[in-house]
Amino acid sequence: MTGSGTKANGGGNGMRGTGKRLAVDALIDDPKTRIIVCCGSGGVGKTTTAAAIGLRAAERGRKAVVLTIDPARRLAQSMGLTELDNTPRVVKGVTGEGELQAMMLDMKRTFDEVVLAHSEPERARMIMENPFYQSLSAGFAGTQEYMAMEKLGQLRSADEWDLIVVDTPPSRSALDFLDAPNRLGSFLDGRVIRLLAAPAKVGGRSALKFLNAGMGLFTGGLGKIFGAQLLTDVQTFITAMDSMFGGFRERADRTYRLLKAPGTAFLVVAVPERDALREAAYFVDRLAADRMPLAGLVLNRVHDTGAPQLTAERSLAAAETLEENGSEHSSPAAELLAAGLLRLHAERMQIMGRERRTRDRFVSVYPDVPIVEVAALPGDVHDLDGLRDIGDRLGGSAPS
Amino acid sequence: MARTPGQAARRDPDWEGVRLHVVSGKGGTGKTTLAAALALALAADGGRVLLIEVEGRQGIAELFGIAALPYEERRIASVTRAQLGLPAEPGDGADSGRTGGGRTGGGRTGGAAGEVFALAIDTEQALLEYLEMFYKLGRAGKALQKMGFIDFATTIAPGVRDVLLTGKACEAARRKGPDGRLRYDAIVMDAPPTGRLTRFLNVNAEVAGLARIGPIHTQAQAVMGVLKSPETAVHLVTLLEEMPVQETVDGFAELREVKLPVGGVLVNMVRPPVLDAAAVAAVHGDHREEVAVALGEAGLGGRSRSPETVRAAVEPLLDPLLAQAREHSERVELERAQRADLQRLRLPTYELPLLGEGVDLGGLYRLAGELKRQGAA
Repeated sequence: MTGSGTKANGGGNGMRGTGKRLAVDALIDDPKTRIIVCCGSGGVGKTTTAAAIGLRAAERGRKAVVLTIDPARRLAQSMGLTELDNTPRVVKGVTGEGELQAMMLDMKRTFDEVVLAHSEPERARMIMENPFYQSLSAGFAGTQEYMAMEKLGQLRSADEWDLIVVDTPPSRSALDFLDAPNRLGSFLDGRVIRLLAAPAKVGGRSALKFLNAGMGLFTGGLGKIFGAQLLTDVQTFITAMDSMFGGFRERADRTYRLLKAPGTAFLVVAVPERDALREAAYFVDRLAADRMPLAGLVLNRVHDTGAPQLTAERSLAAAETLEENGSEHSSPAAELLAAGLLRLHAERMQIMGRERRTRDRFVSVYPDVPIVEVAALPGDVHDLDGLRDIGDRLGGSAPS
Repeated sequence: MARTPGQAARRDPDWEGVRLHVVSGKGGTGKTTLAAALALALAADGGRVLLIEVEGRQGIAELFGIAALPYEERRIASVTRAQLGLPAEPGDGADSGRTGGGRTGGGRTGGAAGEVFALAIDTEQALLEYLEMFYKLGRAGKALQKMGFIDFATTIAPGVRDVLLTGKACEAARRKGPDGRLRYDAIVMDAPPTGRLTRFLNVNAEVAGLARIGPIHTQAQAVMGVLKSPETAVHLVTLLEEMPVQETVDGFAELREVKLPVGGVLVNMVRPPVLDAAAVAAVHGDHREEVAVALGEAGLGGRSRSPETVRAAVEPLLDPLLAQAREHSERVELERAQRADLQRLRLPTYELPLLGEGVDLGGLYRLAGELKRQGAA
């Protein structure tokens, strides 16, 4: 959506009365800000927010790259992301001195890249052909999160951009993305997998009997449940991956440290609805617990009005008056329209009241979290103008 | 599942014969809410319905305002037609079928309350239960758990986890009580979102590459047998917005591709249009003055009788109200386009209203009533 019909409607109403305002422009203009992570529950506009921030930063002079996870088709197209080749591409149509690049994460390919980087070509081929690897790289709950973080690490160490904006995967829970990398890391590096690897290393399954009973039970159980074939696949995989063990854990730890490093800022994205703000609250708590730098909350899809002086109650009463008594000096068509306008306004005021209550509950628990509100748009964003418009709202210079 | 004509007469009109309802949709569209509403609607004629949650979010408990659900089937609600605002009997003729009742062991006689049970499946527990069933592991099972084996087993093969989850739903769908009758009339599963749905349901393909033999493989085959049968329907929840609709259209295409039974479209949070585009366009033209007059006469000028004072009060409202009307009509137009996309799917479609104050228990029953009235149950 472009500017038409998306007027910010003034905005001097009570919604902005409480809480600190998040200064997005100050954040993206600060050369010390190197990574911005946009997180939050699914369906709150994380990807759009990440893209809008990247574009705004670029147009304010930064050399920025946006890493998106699963963008809507038309949003991806608007940034020229027509092919999924797992490398950043320059976004055309960006004005100003800066530059914007964008990429879409290909998790399998990222995993392949990690394998290729750590092993001989022949061994890499063996790993990639293993059915267990294929399942892991395509379907492990957390692979996407791990690979998003892996890609972030790669982009950061390439050092070609002065600002990286990351979108996070549409996890079941917003917290997954902080936990999953570590989970995959410890899984690949863990006790169980080492136990499994042991018999393969010492020369086949005959070695099993020298191991403790728990181990026998363990592999026995695995074999029973999955069939012996899987066990063999896993063991072959582990043997082939041997040189990489430790590497995964280490990489996960490194990206985790990167997230805590100065220069990283987290933006929690939400909408003024109970569930989304509850997820946001979990996230805020978690970031605090892990000492990760929270920049603030982006509250998307907030409704606003240019006529806050007219309450929902008065507006509805007026609509009813019109519908019952009619109006002496205007046509029936105009009456109907006027009543419709009043009902719409009443609806808007009710929505705003609800949103304000939801938001205020959050603010009363987290008074120190700066918030920026982005007005609701009638439609989805799928061009650079639309992203620019969102950027203006984030930066606080929306047309009024 | 064999069913007598009498039983058929009081089953839902659209999903006749379906016993396992899988509800999915894009995140944020309210699939848990509608899964719960569907369960209530399916139970309203006195049946017994099991609502299953698979993602460990405790969304059902949240929705019904109860404590977190343990891993066991628990009665969470009772429901009657009256509670859903429906007439006492499901239309003329259907009455004859009801007297035969009692298939679920009571509660099937006219007007009796139906029951909704809930189960929040815990993967780890499900795997242990499964191992116990096949291998009688006893304490060894606990040892496996302690070693991180369960975590490992479900981690190395997400398909295995899915087999356990879908397997539980299929088992419940076919379970019989001591009286030899089916324990539940219907199962409603609040499934993972559309993006992960096909992978989740198509367990056979998922585990085929991993467990080519063994009990998991056998289990997967059995589960697929149920999931691909006409006893199952996969419904998708959407909003009248571009991304959810696109995801719904893609989701149904994917389901068809892997031959999973396609169900209905549940359109959530529908707002009735107050003004259409034509009306708004009219305001910009000749009617602007007249609308201002009408607003004044509606009492927005306060108590003043002076036309100037009234006008002064109305004037600052006019532009904001018109801007809101433009946004509204723009949204109505977008919704019309989305609705057209959904219609092209040629699937039974149900529209559920946006509940102003959010979904509380009352709202949930209201949505259930809507689903039932529209023939989804």
